[in-house]
Amino acid sequence: MADPMKIRANVVGDSTEVKVLMSHEMETGQRKDAQGKTIPAWFIQNVTVAHNGKPVLNAQWGPAIAKNPFLSFKFKGGAKGDKIEITWVDSRGEKRTDEAVIA
Amino acid sequence: MNRRQSIRALAACAAAVAVVLGCATAPGDAEVSAKAAAVLQSSFKEQGQAKLDRLVQDDTQKTCSEYSGKVIPKDVAERIEKANLASIKWPADGKLLGDWKNGERIAQEGRGMQYSDDPKGPVGANCYACHRLSPQEVSYGTIGPPLYQFGKLRGYSDEMRKYAYGKIYNAEAYNACTNMPRFGHSGILSVQQISDVVALLMDPDSPVNK
Amino acid sequence: MMRVRRGVAPVAAFVLALVSAFGAPAVPAQGNAVDEIAKYRAALQDGNPAELWEARGADLWKQKRGPKTASLEQCDLGLGPGVVKGAYARLPRYFADADRVMDLETRIVWCMVTLQGFSEADAKKGPFGGPDRKADMEAYVAYVTSESRGVKMNVALDHPKEREAYRLGEKMFYFRGGTHDFACATCHGEDGKRIRLQDLPNLTQTAGAQKAYTTWPAYRVSQGELRSFQWRLNDCFRQQRFPELVFASDASIALTMFLARNANGAAFDAPAIKR
Repeated sequence: MADPMKIRANVVGDSTEVKVLMSHEMETGQRKDAQGKTIPAWFIQNVTVAHNGKPVLNAQWGPAIAKNPFLSFKFKGGAKGDKIEITWVDSRGEKRTDEAVIA
Repeated sequence: MNRRQSIRALAACAAAVAVVLGCATAPGDAEVSAKAAAVLQSSFKEQGQAKLDRLVQDDTQKTCSEYSGKVIPKDVAERIEKANLASIKWPADGKLLGDWKNGERIAQEGRGMQYSDDPKGPVGANCYACHRLSPQEVSYGTIGPPLYQFGKLRGYSDEMRKYAYGKIYNAEAYNACTNMPRFGHSGILSVQQISDVVALLMDPDSPVNK
Repeated sequence: MMRVRRGVAPVAAFVLALVSAFGAPAVPAQGNAVDEIAKYRAALQDGNPAELWEARGADLWKQKRGPKTASLEQCDLGLGPGVVKGAYARLPRYFADADRVMDLETRIVWCMVTLQGFSEADAKKGPFGGPDRKADMEAYVAYVTSESRGVKMNVALDHPKEREAYRLGEKMFYFRGGTHDFACATCHGEDGKRIRLQDLPNLTQTAGAQKAYTTWPAYRVSQGELRSFQWRLNDCFRQQRFPELVFASDASIALTMFLARNANGAAFDAPAIKR
């Protein structure tokens, strides 16, 4: 089970700014180990963010995204106390969901 | 008193404070050096090709450690330079100029002699870590002086080739307590490899001299 | 020179692209490359993955573990049992219960042994994380050091053993050895030097020592791991062609004492993020 995401969500004007740090190897599938064998690809392919149950962001990621990826974005609306839910699904089919409250 | 000296003064102060407080008499400098060497020996373990004998200092290393950050007395410097000059092995066929293309490879190669390196793998001199050489290589260090246009500026004489060879083989022979490793003396580079690096510096066709 | 880790290639490509954009490099390319790297570093400050280690460390600290099924919450890091805030800024220091000077990692090992019942060997095992293994020690270090963020470095030399550790550390700093005759001072003994394009702090000078010591531990992008000061010393010695520095050994503590004390007066600013 991967480490929990660190999520910060703050109201900025009429928008909400969300910053999330995810714990994931994001292995590209291009690297080789010391013996010369290719290290299998393993990376987050899909990220969804919901605000009070409504989707506000849907992302399709590939191997170019860095290890332990950091995502920062804004969406219109949102108020202090609202719930933010973030889910990622990776190339192995593993997934992780974490929640935060807008500050 | 410059900043570096102020830190050393602080250390001397700390020792003086110990004496004034009447705690155990602060040990003399030589004692501390000896203890430091002993603690180092017991704080390392052998790994890969790096054995514990690497922590046994030769006379040059020991002397230069003592004079770190201080001016080396003339007679001490001469003694070190003389001893290291005697260790230089020159090419049997007298050919000091090798292949500059291989010299550039050796200058770029940062691996060799680390315990993480394959003992049968490539060994380089890592010249670019400290020096500027070929103008095409912008990723160069500044621990040593720039060597760009080395031969062009000094002339392509036999004397200069000899100096370049000797300097790479054993830099301590020319500048006591230099930061530069003794590539030939310490068995890092072979005689052939050193002449390749000499060519990088002294061949008119080398990119260093363009 | 370095093993090319994942994080380095894109930066190297970026630098090369930048250099080719500026045309034939006479001299100025280094200045621009170094400036752009500084901008890249500034952009990385937000979302420092070190926070993941801090969170894991804070969690593990409170977990009941080991043969004694106890947490580390009662660990005395020098400011009394259970006080973590500000403790790192006072380390290394002399601990009467152990009758020796200890740095953070040595002290964590001590607490793992005395509070949790681990053997010293087990507590010292696998201190540095790798591809398939997370190191608990690095998580503990991230957590404890984060609790000293903003605190001024204040390492004392009150006890004779603290003074001795400082003097020994200083001697070790200038100790030339190995196949390449390198000492710490070879790279870190002068102002304004760099190795390849990596600027080198002058650790014999207050400003340099402050800047360097207050930014470790750090998430090392090229390693993809949170790296501690013990790791930094270990990796320096590897590149110096020395044998392997033993984790939490006396030499590692003495050197840490020398460098930490030299950083006194500066605000601690870690866990940071580095290339």
